[in-house]
Amino acid sequence: MLKISLDKLDALFAAIAEKEALYIPTDKAGQPQFARYEEGMKMTNALNTVKSAKDFFFPQTETLVKFKMSGKSIEIIDPRTEHEDFVVFGVRACDVRSFSILDKVFLVNPVDSYYENRRKHGTIVSMACTRPAETCFCHSFGIDAADPEGDAVCWKTEDALYITAKTEKGDALIEKIRPLLEECGDEAVEAQKEATKKILDKLPLHNFTTEKYNGEVLLKAFNSDKWASLSEACLGCGTCTFVCPTCQCYDIREFDTGHGVQRFRCWDSCMYSDFTMMAAGQPRLTQKERFRQRFMHKLVYFPANNGGEYGCVGCGRCLSKCPISMNIVKVAKAVEGDL
Amino acid sequence: MNPETLIPKLGVVTKITKETPDVKTFQVVGPDGKKPFIHIPGQCAMLSIPGVGEALFSITSSPTNNDYLEFSIKKCGCVTEWLHSMEEGQQITIRGPYGNGFPVDTDFKGKDLLVIAGGIGLAPVRSVINYCRDKKRENPDAYGTIEIVYGSRSKDDLVKYQEIIDEWEQDPNVKVHLTIDREQEGWTGHVGFVPNYVKELNPDLSKTVIMCGPPVMIKFTLAGLKELGFKETQVYTTMELRMKCAIGKCGRCNIGNKYVCKDGPVFRFDQLDELPNEY
Amino acid sequence: MQGMMLNRAKELLGNGTVNRVLGWQAGEFVYDITPAIFESAEELDANFVYNAFCGNNLSKYLIKETLKDGKVLVFLKPCDTYSFNQLLTEHRIDREKVYVIGIPCDGKTSGEVLKSKGMTGITGIREEGEEFVVETIYGDEKIAKADALEERCLTCKSKKHVAYDELIGEDGEVLDSHRFDMVAQLEAMTPDERFAFWRSQLSKCIRCNACRNVCPACSCEKCVFDNPNSGISQKAAADSFEENMFHIIRAFHVAGRCTDCGECSRVCPQNIPLHLLNRKFIKDINELYGDYQAGAEVGTRAPLTNFTKGDVEPSIVYHREGK
Repeated sequence: MLKISLDKLDALFAAIAEKEALYIPTDKAGQPQFARYEEGMKMTNALNTVKSAKDFFFPQTETLVKFKMSGKSIEIIDPRTEHEDFVVFGVRACDVRSFSILDKVFLVNPVDSYYENRRKHGTIVSMACTRPAETCFCHSFGIDAADPEGDAVCWKTEDALYITAKTEKGDALIEKIRPLLEECGDEAVEAQKEATKKILDKLPLHNFTTEKYNGEVLLKAFNSDKWASLSEACLGCGTCTFVCPTCQCYDIREFDTGHGVQRFRCWDSCMYSDFTMMAAGQPRLTQKERFRQRFMHKLVYFPANNGGEYGCVGCGRCLSKCPISMNIVKVAKAVEGDL
Repeated sequence: MNPETLIPKLGVVTKITKETPDVKTFQVVGPDGKKPFIHIPGQCAMLSIPGVGEALFSITSSPTNNDYLEFSIKKCGCVTEWLHSMEEGQQITIRGPYGNGFPVDTDFKGKDLLVIAGGIGLAPVRSVINYCRDKKRENPDAYGTIEIVYGSRSKDDLVKYQEIIDEWEQDPNVKVHLTIDREQEGWTGHVGFVPNYVKELNPDLSKTVIMCGPPVMIKFTLAGLKELGFKETQVYTTMELRMKCAIGKCGRCNIGNKYVCKDGPVFRFDQLDELPNEY
Repeated sequence: MQGMMLNRAKELLGNGTVNRVLGWQAGEFVYDITPAIFESAEELDANFVYNAFCGNNLSKYLIKETLKDGKVLVFLKPCDTYSFNQLLTEHRIDREKVYVIGIPCDGKTSGEVLKSKGMTGITGIREEGEEFVVETIYGDEKIAKADALEERCLTCKSKKHVAYDELIGEDGEVLDSHRFDMVAQLEAMTPDERFAFWRSQLSKCIRCNACRNVCPACSCEKCVFDNPNSGISQKAAADSFEENMFHIIRAFHVAGRCTDCGECSRVCPQNIPLHLLNRKFIKDINELYGDYQAGAEVGTRAPLTNFTKGDVEPSIVYHREGK
């Protein structure tokens, strides 16, 4: 275990930023969000950012390919370049797990090279939680907020930041900042883990579980009569989808730059009415079907295809941010009765 | 950097044939004049005109055609309208092949086949028909009999009509039954909807059925087949949903735990029964 | 208040005056209230709630509800009644199918507001006089009610109900709210400062469309931003200025029709003060055409949809500060 006194945090950030691009969660325009580190930037005190860290690997928009047209000819331009090395610092345990869920989509054949490129060059430094919120339920998915996964893991105490590497990438990062760190025992970290565990046990969603959901209950869950009332007030916006660290549906669109055509992809939401709209018709006619799709995908379809792993990490963003306060916890509890 | 399937390849449209008032068939080769890739009957490809959009189409030519890919496309949206308005020699982009395709070399092997199609639904199954005809010519045991029931609104709406009468009807291994919805001058063949015609023909229950057409045709034909005693495990169809990536990632063609683009588009009806009725 | 509303709702359901009740339903925590339809006394008894967290404006749901058969009872807070009238003016609601009960409002708070004050692990809330005692897993915390209000309630424009079939409790007055103070501050900025302010705010936008979908003035069957044939349909910004476009176009489209209910800012997950764009339009309209409050009355012609010979031509005749 290594540590650095909190008053030297700026020096630590500066040392990382000197070697590669560094992103930290900070308060910007009144909102906790990840931003590229600049001198003097402070970490937010908020538990988590509103927009999840998935942006780093699966950005809200990115160019896929460019075209130049002349007469009957087309030139296809591959816009990909090797991504710069970067460090995302202060990622919470829930968000770290979300990356391995996204991996199960983007890194299976055929591999998404855009995502792979970013993943290859990104180093994740996670940060253990000490003040979880009532909306937190990561433990329902076997995630330990007090002891997160990641390339390197940090624990912040009253006076120091403790750090240890968990992967080769983590080792490489720590090597770069080693002169700033001092060797230490893990008593403070163990004490913090104990204290956090006690808080986690007190959380209102401590006993929440999705274990009744799996591929076996697919049709039962789908045909539950609860969907109509659950989706009744749904606005059909994409807030839940866009703040969700595991939602990965995307749209592919293009626009004319005036000098050619740029084809890009952007986040999309199954909550939107045009998501499945086609010239021949619309298979999901009302908000009930669209709403059901999102939760069925996370609770049933995804685990059915991925060895029981759910498409949720319990970060609680949808619980805080849904304009009508409808969310995966309410849904899972309501539909569970019909399984 | 690894190859990226979302980055398409160039294709050249070398020949455009008008099939019906709203269907054209496009021959596509690579810039080198060769077939862009090898496929299985029932598989699809993403065609695009940059600036207009990209859409998924089933490949209608047989894998036994070594020279080019063919797509029979009905005009019904932005991309298809553009394709219909273009001239021979135009470059397009192409990526694929995508999807599972029909089990022509496994489940269909040695079977008596009954192909049922309606309208533009002939496009994906034409690939199966021509593949099986070619294979059977090489090896008479490859497949049993090939029986085809194909219907459309009118004679003018029958896709690949010339090929049907010039080649399929002349092939001793193939039996073709054509039908149109309403009486029409100059038409001496069968008149009536496909589902009823299939029932009238009373096909042998040992046949493996391959079906593609508008949802209403599928629904009633399947009901008719079941009435005759066919099992859902004998009947294959090919599905269509909105798609963007064609590789099971963008999420929109998701039905239950399946992605139509990757796990389909070919499904057996007993497989569909296990999925939510959302297509 | 909740008890009186519940009893009246059950009475009106029981005697057949209405077929369903549109209200609020309790959630997992103390603050996560969901708008809900209740069809029986049992459902009402089980889940109906009215408290300081019932901020959702229910009037927009009436578009969908009045397309159904039967009559719906709706509870409207004073500010919600303005949206209701505006929707009636725009012929989006069938008045015959609605029974409106006006209910008083002391201003609303929300989980988001409490969290922004540093509270977390919230498990309950008690009212003690002019204070909320927020129970959390980290211990109780006290906050003055006035400090816990949503921004729109701090600058509440009216405690008066402008539409109802009956009232529960006393009706209030139109208030002098100082709601344009922040707009005036923005107007006083240099163009560069103002541009920087809006860029920093609007660049947070994630295009979730929550502001649009919750807005009672955004009631188009097909939004121009969802229509692929419009040429501007988009789900993501093609360049960094496009998110501004979305909000500016939306603000223009609701200009003169926005009642300033504040739902857009309440629901924004990124806390963008969207209401300020709308308030700028309201302030300008007031100054150019005389005071006008959308939704104050049914059937009025809004200044921007009405032409009078006395109208100013902002760019030609009218100059600020009388020049």
